[in-house]
Amino acid sequence: MIRLEKRLEPSKLMTAVTPVIAVILAMILGGLMFAMLGKPPLDAIRMIFWEPIFGEFAFFYRSQVLIKAAPLIIIATGLSFGFRAGIWNIGAEGQYIIGAICGAAVALAFYPLESRFIFPLMLAAGLLGGFAWAMIPGVLKNRFKTNEILVSLMLVYVATSILTAVSQGILRNPEGHGFPGSRNLQQYPSAANLELIPNTGLHLGVIAALLIVVVTHFFMRTHILGFQVKITGEAPRAARFSGIAPDKVVYICLGISGASAGLAGVLEVAGPAGQITSSFHSGYGFTAIVVAYLGRLNALGILLSGLLLALTYIGGEIVQQELKIPSSSMQAFQGMMLFFLLATDLFITYRIKLGVKK
Amino acid sequence: MIEIMNINPILLVASLMVSATPILLAAIGEMVVEKSGVLNLGVEGMMIIGAVVGFAVAILTSNPLIGFIAAAFAAALLSLVFGVLTQVLLANQVASGLGLTLFGLGLSAMIGKNYEGKQAPSLGKFEIPFLSDIPIFGKTFFSHDLIVYFALLLVLATYLFLMRSRHGLVLRSVGENHDAAHALGYNVVRVRLLAIMFGGACSGLGGAYVSLVRVPQWTEGMTAGAGWIALAIVVFSNWKPWRVLVGAYLFGGVSVLQLNLQAAGSKIPVEYLSMAPYLITILVLVFMSVRGKQASPASLGKVFHKSG
Repeated sequence: MIRLEKRLEPSKLMTAVTPVIAVILAMILGGLMFAMLGKPPLDAIRMIFWEPIFGEFAFFYRSQVLIKAAPLIIIATGLSFGFRAGIWNIGAEGQYIIGAICGAAVALAFYPLESRFIFPLMLAAGLLGGFAWAMIPGVLKNRFKTNEILVSLMLVYVATSILTAVSQGILRNPEGHGFPGSRNLQQYPSAANLELIPNTGLHLGVIAALLIVVVTHFFMRTHILGFQVKITGEAPRAARFSGIAPDKVVYICLGISGASAGLAGVLEVAGPAGQITSSFHSGYGFTAIVVAYLGRLNALGILLSGLLLALTYIGGEIVQQELKIPSSSMQAFQGMMLFFLLATDLFITYRIKLGVKK
Repeated sequence: MIEIMNINPILLVASLMVSATPILLAAIGEMVVEKSGVLNLGVEGMMIIGAVVGFAVAILTSNPLIGFIAAAFAAALLSLVFGVLTQVLLANQVASGLGLTLFGLGLSAMIGKNYEGKQAPSLGKFEIPFLSDIPIFGKTFFSHDLIVYFALLLVLATYLFLMRSRHGLVLRSVGENHDAAHALGYNVVRVRLLAIMFGGACSGLGGAYVSLVRVPQWTEGMTAGAGWIALAIVVFSNWKPWRVLVGAYLFGGVSVLQLNLQAAGSKIPVEYLSMAPYLITILVLVFMSVRGKQASPASLGKVFHKSG
């Protein structure tokens, strides 16, 4: 007989080891899936996880990995607050879009004026936009007990519609010969988030990601709010008895995650993306949920898992070119990583016992 | 609002029934899952797998009905992944459901690559004898394809099962208080696994209806959020089968009206119309919460382990 027995304390070893096991299992099963579709499995796995960092064109791909990892890490770190407190903001994609729109709108309002104040204003607008968009589920949850999962998600679809509307309407480039899409911010020096060192992928977003990770790491450990967030998730009743207002935690968690997603959005639109178009969003907000989980909702873990998941974006493009595997199939990899991680999570709080219960 | 006058109400209702069918199927399945105390956020993933498998099998066998059956089986199989994770391995249901959606979207893109641009065999209309000859009403309500009627029958069957049968009572008790149900000797995990698979099969049928009847073609990510709407409808319905029907037709109605308004040359920009269903979902969610009449199953989303 195999049965489960609850551990007295969560296993630290298992917490650290299981994400690695999950990734390896996802690679194996992903390889099998490619094989069944008649694609060379080992080549595919190598192209996704090896080629971007160590392959022939790594000098180009490495910078791309940084560019993709930055928004993932920023959004995931923000989300980790809520997930720790049991507040499920799954609409980061929408907050990311709104942040980008707000930031771009500020820049376009000043065009063609050049001033050093424009970029900080854009960042502020992006942060506020994402924050405000996340406050909608927050306020509804606190005032009416509405489910934040459904509301934040519905707002993603609303945000995508707004994105299409503004890229064809109010933010459209007047000199764009009628094509949808805004002016390219990369060609507007005061608003551009360019690479700090050419061809490294190192732009302000990467710096911001690192900063946010470090700040979050210490915040969670030392600040009272970090403690309140953690205790709300682990023991809601105890949290209430110790005087933590659940409403406040909802606002803090949704606010932080929304603002981070908005920041990621504005850094993206001013940098790698360059302009607001209807296809600006690329699913970072959803992938960031996997990043947060795979990183064990821990800032340093998220740094690593963000880099890993960035590989699936770059690797996805490589296998699409080389093996004609659609790049969206990388979502299957992300899903599998999450599955295996959740499956192996069991070993953190339970241990497997063989034999009959006495 | 002159545009509304140009819309033919008979065609509107008829196309409403078609456009509501996928979300009705998925929502009725998810309602049963939630009644058993499980929150499966993977509806979108199961629908898209149903869409691609149904489409592929219908082309391979040139029989759309076999396509539907295969879609139901495939999605039920996929839902079992979620079932094992949450019921046997005691994983978090929100994360598992999201994983299921991501996995389904990715896998469907891989499977569907070879079927892009192909044409599925048509399901054909099933005109109900006599009833379909009634003027106006006949064309509106009684000359659709089989699946539209099947979805309606499924609502009735679900109502009878949940509210009028012993097994339905057991399922509801598991959802309300799994510890008490366990103490009474019911196998909580088995009941929930069966409910999850039923929900999967329904989502699969809903997805196949999108790729085989509504569009009818395969394109990546073609369910476009229908699964999430289905989840919202379950909340809107207050976990009552008949209200799922009302909710699904309401949502079908909004999306059809929006298309019709676009076609009728409405001055409202298309993008603002297309966000209407989502905004209405939010408003309904708020409205239901304000009235304080939410009858969500008491054990919804909670992990059950025999040792407690």
